[in-house]
Amino acid sequence: MNKRIGQLILILVLFGVAYVAIASPLAVPANSGRTEADLADGGPFRIAIVLPSSTVDMAWSQAFFEALKAVQAEMDDENALEIAYSEGMLQVTDAAAAIRDYASEGYDLIIAHSAHYGNSMFEVAADFPEISFAWGTAVDTGADQGYKNIFAYEAAADEGGYINGVIAALLSQSGIIGVIGPVEAGDAKLYINGFIKGVAETNPAMQVNVSYTGSFGDTALAAAAANVHIQAGADVLTGSAQQVVGAVGIAREAGILWLGTQSDQTSLGPEVVVANHIYDWTGVINDMIAKIRSGELGGTAYKLTLKNGGLIVEFNDNIDIADDVRAATVQAIENIKSGAVQKMK
Amino acid sequence: MLDELFALTTLIGILHSGVRLATPYLFAALGETFVQRSGVLNQGVDGIMLMGAFFAFYEVFQGYNLWIGVLAALVSGVLMGLLMAIISVTMQGEQRISGIGLYLFGRGLSSLLFKTLIGSVEGVSGFAKMSLPFLSALPGIGYIFFDHNILVYISYLLVPVTWLLINRTTFGLQIRAVGHNPEAADALGVNVNAIRYATLMIGGGLAGVAGASLSIGQLNIFQENMTNGIGFIAVALVYFGNWRAVGVLGGALLFSLVNALQLWVQVLDISIPLDLVVMMPYILTICVLIFTVQKVQRPAVLAKPYERGE
Repeated sequence: MNKRIGQLILILVLFGVAYVAIASPLAVPANSGRTEADLADGGPFRIAIVLPSSTVDMAWSQAFFEALKAVQAEMDDENALEIAYSEGMLQVTDAAAAIRDYASEGYDLIIAHSAHYGNSMFEVAADFPEISFAWGTAVDTGADQGYKNIFAYEAAADEGGYINGVIAALLSQSGIIGVIGPVEAGDAKLYINGFIKGVAETNPAMQVNVSYTGSFGDTALAAAAANVHIQAGADVLTGSAQQVVGAVGIAREAGILWLGTQSDQTSLGPEVVVANHIYDWTGVINDMIAKIRSGELGGTAYKLTLKNGGLIVEFNDNIDIADDVRAATVQAIENIKSGAVQKMK
Repeated sequence: MLDELFALTTLIGILHSGVRLATPYLFAALGETFVQRSGVLNQGVDGIMLMGAFFAFYEVFQGYNLWIGVLAALVSGVLMGLLMAIISVTMQGEQRISGIGLYLFGRGLSSLLFKTLIGSVEGVSGFAKMSLPFLSALPGIGYIFFDHNILVYISYLLVPVTWLLINRTTFGLQIRAVGHNPEAADALGVNVNAIRYATLMIGGGLAGVAGASLSIGQLNIFQENMTNGIGFIAVALVYFGNWRAVGVLGGALLFSLVNALQLWVQVLDISIPLDLVVMMPYILTICVLIFTVQKVQRPAVLAKPYERGE
């Protein structure tokens, strides 16, 4: 009997540790126990974010999380912004529970950082009309259904993809460029379509080989895909989602150039990461905070573009890049800003 | 486009990738073969791999020798195996459930340690390619089999070693006896629990090294949940391989070759629907499981805790 109890306790402890480690943030923000009165006093602005992958995924989640921290750092008072987060929420049911929990705790803004959280978030938003919600990649603020407390945001990943494509076409010697996608949808598909267009409009003779791993987080398969692209003759690679950290490692080992997207991936391969197309969400976050403070709880759909400064393409200063490549890149950015490059589908 | 797939260079490329990709599966599945032959089912392999992957990476990231990394992976795996042994052998916990518990524990703890001790995805210099003299110069074959890092070679050497240990040693006989008829083995003086502790620690150690083969062999990074289910496929490969080392090798190679093939099919832009291509290795594994598993070598008491009769 004692054995059974001991066994049960041990298994519960295992599950418990695992649950705590996987499902909850490292630094659990102290519940400020704020009351209605505090709100009027202008207490801290409280943001909660639910992320599909890790805050250190070098891609989609990290880009937004770092923007939140940057906004926090810019504030005069370090206590002016409180950030709570739940990461690795690949399961919609987990994410939905987290979103509802944060709403019950009265956060000012709850960010559902994945397109597949949409339905769950709308349900919670209907129950908590006094709280602001935001989600992306999305354009739907629910205004036509009567919602007034939802922001939507997206990135024009095709624009950054186009610029990376221009750079790839100018740098490839072999004439073959490899792309490692996660799932053929959403942000990744947008990026890859832009990339292919950028290559084609710079040098139509270039061949772009595209492969998908069928998963956002399969690092090992992304690395295997990078190997295959290299064996097939590619000398410039790119790819998207958190899986690509595996591919950058392979590129580094083989001395093959890499073009990053979503987050700055230079640290993974300082010798091979030529340029990064980075999402800067700080403007969106600041605008949402300002709107919420003035009583506007939703209704705006944001889009990061090169023109509005939400998308940035940065070269890695450790790598010598020919002046004509730099000039062509700057020109391509200008062409997109001015609308000279035709809109991508 | 299809003719490109059958071009010699492409075929060699597929075989090379397949041989390399099989490495973590081999380490993990061979280790699990010991475990299952002794009558224990450890479904926590993936969690152990993550722990091994983390500790190997962490040591190397700290500037230690790559072999210290492998050792750290081995030790962390052995400890995870020991934990499983305490739960499933001493406490006689339901093995499928405690295995999942062990997986979640390994996954959670490796993520937690990663965030606390490292904080962001970083790269290290892992095991470099070690082309074997003479052998790697053989046309075609040399590149396919003898142009890999040393952990790849070790994983293949483990196949005959596993076979020898299980089939040609007293220890192996004890493992098989414990897996087939623990009462009889016990009556003959074999310590059933000690054998199961030993196999779980061997299996755990090899699963740890499987993780190292990813984090400091193939990818040279650590990322949360980087195994992405390889450990579960490894458990299936033991069934697939009919609980024999050679069968496990066959299964690991087949799975990896089809995986390599699907990557090449995509890169060469052969028009097969993407979803179908990505599913290929998994569909194949299920089909082979359905049609070929003979259960000849299946341990009679798999996943049943042993309680000594009073």
